[in-house]
Amino acid sequence: MSNLYTRNIIRYIAIMLFQVLVLNNMNLGGYINPYIYILFILLLPASVNKSLLLIMAFITGLTIDYFGNTLGLHAAATVLLAFARPGILNLFFNNMEFSSEEEPNITKLKLGGFLKYTLVLVFIHHSALFFLEAFSFNDFLSTLYRIVLSTLVTTLMIMIITLIFTSRKKKKA
Amino acid sequence: MRNLIVFLWRHQFFVFFIILEAISLTFLFNSYSYHRSLAFNSVNDITGTVYLSYSKVTDYFGLKKENEKLTNENVQLRNLIYPVNSEADSQLIVRHDNQYFYRTAKVVSSSINKQSNYLLLNKGSKHGIKPEMGVISSTGIAGIVIGVSPDFSYVMSLLHQNCRISARIKKNNNLVNVLWGGNNYKEGLVVDIPSHIELYKEDSIITSGNSLIFPEGILIGKVNEYTQSTNKDLSEAVIEFSTDFNSLQNVYIIENLMKTEADTLISAFTKLNE
Repeated sequence: MSNLYTRNIIRYIAIMLFQVLVLNNMNLGGYINPYIYILFILLLPASVNKSLLLIMAFITGLTIDYFGNTLGLHAAATVLLAFARPGILNLFFNNMEFSSEEEPNITKLKLGGFLKYTLVLVFIHHSALFFLEAFSFNDFLSTLYRIVLSTLVTTLMIMIITLIFTSRKKKKA
Repeated sequence: MRNLIVFLWRHQFFVFFIILEAISLTFLFNSYSYHRSLAFNSVNDITGTVYLSYSKVTDYFGLKKENEKLTNENVQLRNLIYPVNSEADSQLIVRHDNQYFYRTAKVVSSSINKQSNYLLLNKGSKHGIKPEMGVISSTGIAGIVIGVSPDFSYVMSLLHQNCRISARIKKNNNLVNVLWGGNNYKEGLVVDIPSHIELYKEDSIITSGNSLIFPEGILIGKVNEYTQSTNKDLSEAVIEFSTDFNSLQNVYIIENLMKTEADTLISAFTKLNE
């Protein structure tokens, strides 16, 4: 049990530092912002209490907001993501059994399943985020362009990161 | 009453979702207005310290370029001032006249890829920085201070959707406004240009000095593209910012020593008219 907590706390700190110090300073063509910090929410155990999931998402979003001085922006988008997560898991992996501490990770869902799961949730998160940021439907196409490009880059980065860390764990075992 | 509690408890997931979204959106909408963002002093020493230790490392990568910029500026300044006596306080860079006071500061963190971008500087209220002071780089204007903590100050960059700078066309002194289109960190938009005016590529747009924040005559950018409107009264132009927001490191914070005096006068007269 304590292993579960330590693992998630370490993951939280590592992902936050990577997001705030490295990715927030990256500017790819002015349109693309990879926000990989949501990986923390994606990887919480499948059977986690739903209300707890929402609170964790809120705290995660606020941390990013705190560093980026966008108070409320990331919190709103991440809470929406956490709200959608149980539904998406149910929709795609209805007949899959998760034991109490099992995470919906790449080993469990297989490469294709995890890609699908990540892509849909990242798209939900980024749509909320970029529309709230622009706060108008005036530049609808430009916002849509940002959403699609950033979703692709974020998903790609999440896949790369999870692949790196999964293979390392396998080597150790 | 009991039924209500039972109902809420059964749907606690949804209720929680609504509550948390409501909190986040309240935060968000409060931070949208310029005046509230002045009041909402989000600068704090925790995030500041993290960014400061990070920029201590990353600053080394840009040293060469930064040095070149500083030497270029030194040459310019030397050309401006004749024999200087070395008694001047080393903290103060220039003092054109009695009205404006310049302090140097370093950018600790910045962004250029959002709809509302900010800079964090390493000087705060300890060093005499107050909200609503102007911030310029060696090549042009950069933003306006909106919040201070003891060690840091928080600056609304020119690349902000609420930022609107009063400006002048250098060659004919016409008043215009400059804002950021929101697309590209290199380009801004000049609006409210009277339509009879002809603008050409490379025409300079400078600060007007009307706002009490920036002195008159600081370069904002040069015209890149101008489309004269035929049916409207006011036309627009695209300018290229003279400040490179992507490589901003050393900036100057400008204090207008006469701002309080002017503000008192203005508020006295608005009260009189009421």
